[in-house]
Amino acid sequence: MKAITLRKPEKNADKKSLAEIVKIMWVRDKWLYCLLIPGVLYFLIFRYAPMYGVIIAFKNYVPFLGIQASPWVGLDHFTSFFSSPDFLRLLGNTLWLSFLGIAVAFPAPIFLAILLNEIRFSVYKKLVQTCIYVPHFLSWTIVIGLTHVLFSINGGAVVDLVETIFGVRINFLAEPQWFRPMIILQGIWKGTGWGTIIFLAALANVSPEQYEAAIVDGAGRFRRIWHITLPAIRPTVVIMLILTMGSVLNTGFDQIFLMTNSLNRSVADVFDTYVYNVGITRGSYSYSTAVGLFKSLVGIILILTTDFIAKKVDKESGLF
Amino acid sequence: MSDMHKLHNTKPGKVFDFINIIFLGIAAIITLLPFVYVVAGSFATESELARRAFFVFPETFTLEAYRYIFTSEAFIRSIIVTIGVTAVGTLVQLFFTFTLAYPLAKRQLRGRKLLINMVVFAMLFSGGMIPTFLVVQALGLVDSYWALMLPNAINPFNLIIIKNFFQNFSVELEESAKIDGATEIGIFWRIVLPLSKPILATFALFYAVGIWNDFMSPLLYLNDSSKWTLQLLLRQVTISSDPNALGSLDPDYIPPAEGMKLAIIVIATLPIMTIYPFLQKHFAKGLLIGSVKG
Repeated sequence: MKAITLRKPEKNADKKSLAEIVKIMWVRDKWLYCLLIPGVLYFLIFRYAPMYGVIIAFKNYVPFLGIQASPWVGLDHFTSFFSSPDFLRLLGNTLWLSFLGIAVAFPAPIFLAILLNEIRFSVYKKLVQTCIYVPHFLSWTIVIGLTHVLFSINGGAVVDLVETIFGVRINFLAEPQWFRPMIILQGIWKGTGWGTIIFLAALANVSPEQYEAAIVDGAGRFRRIWHITLPAIRPTVVIMLILTMGSVLNTGFDQIFLMTNSLNRSVADVFDTYVYNVGITRGSYSYSTAVGLFKSLVGIILILTTDFIAKKVDKESGLF
Repeated sequence: MSDMHKLHNTKPGKVFDFINIIFLGIAAIITLLPFVYVVAGSFATESELARRAFFVFPETFTLEAYRYIFTSEAFIRSIIVTIGVTAVGTLVQLFFTFTLAYPLAKRQLRGRKLLINMVVFAMLFSGGMIPTFLVVQALGLVDSYWALMLPNAINPFNLIIIKNFFQNFSVELEESAKIDGATEIGIFWRIVLPLSKPILATFALFYAVGIWNDFMSPLLYLNDSSKWTLQLLLRQVTISSDPNALGSLDPDYIPPAEGMKLAIIVIATLPIMTIYPFLQKHFAKGLLIGSVKG
């Protein structure tokens, strides 16, 4: 909220009479209000109408009856979701992917940023950065299209390579135990380079004199990294970690959806893809809305909690 | 003693530098290797693709895959649709975002706080996939290209960034224009927007890349496969491996099944690569603006 309330509204504004206020609104600011119209309509139609639509999670929504006339069922959809085996499976799959991501994919850009920071030959550094940022801009469709070309059991380059080295032909795209490693691998390939930017920005604030002083004091390369570089990015790392923890339920729809197939579905399904499959494909609008509502409520609690913690750690950070 | 220091510092330092340079070089190559293979493979024959696991230069150079996809009506249509939706959608989204951000930057505006809270709440909570789908459906936008542009017309995070930018805008310029009798809309259009070109360009790129890469909206809202965007067609060809996805006029012709996958990936990546220098510059800036609160 801090970002927005930069200045308190003038106190005497409240003391004006209604007529004066109306006059101000319709004479002085009428063109500003005209400019507001499309944006406000957008929020009402595409953001707030769906929020109202969330009440179908507590109803048995029948399309031809409409939202109003559809019968209330209270928390039935929630209880049937929590008591179904799907719930624990989805939660497990989601948490597995998130925590694997935090353990493996999260440290990767930090590591890479530290190494990039050690390069003094700036043309080479720029060149490497230019290469590793590319995948960030590609859609998940392209990333998974590439994965299918390279990891296809029918002549995929990587499958052939693995067979030559290890003598086994692995169907990376179908075997359920390979689903999670593939998701993490794609995430690392797509996000690591881009992820370095925020850490490199933090490192840009370290004055070169600090390193020079350390060299004069006889500190070797690893001591300098340990005592100068790491402390410089520590606040950023902590904040990024906290924020990542706050979005553990957001596993990203496109990637998971496109990597899911009939053979790996048991480990692949997460909340978002489940909502799509049950809601859009099978038409259980109310039930899937309940699942989605549960996910976003838990998501809000996590975000607000982690934001609170982030602010305790560092007053300048946090989302609001 | 000082020699000792030098030895202590530079020799392991040089080894470190060497390993570091090699390592980062490998990281850069690994990132680009899939593209190199896809580009090389898209110009190779089907028999070479079946025979060789990995290569950087094709033995026989052929344009067969490109010739095939560019004669496919489904492919050409999806390209035209995607370019059109990206162009119009970017303008629509810029229009909605900037026209709302400008008045919200005016501190004297009554109801401003309420509207800003409305935006912030939408950042935290959304109706979710199904209720949004039902709204789009109720508006009759299923199978309409407007469904790819309007539901995401304003990104609340971007809106707040742009609002903060306008808050720091020169008030004098606007005041002098007001004295000359211009309305706020006139000021916005003729003075504020021309002076906001860099931020307009940044967000135009944000939105354009977002729409070009968008998979979920077309998946949700386009049932009719004749209306598909490039991302949906790409999925059908490369991930679902549907050999008939692109159709064929001649029943005797066997399409280059592997080559066409690679060629369509190349085509879908091409626009992003073409504007990549701008993307790198503007997106990095945008990321850092976003992480610094205004």
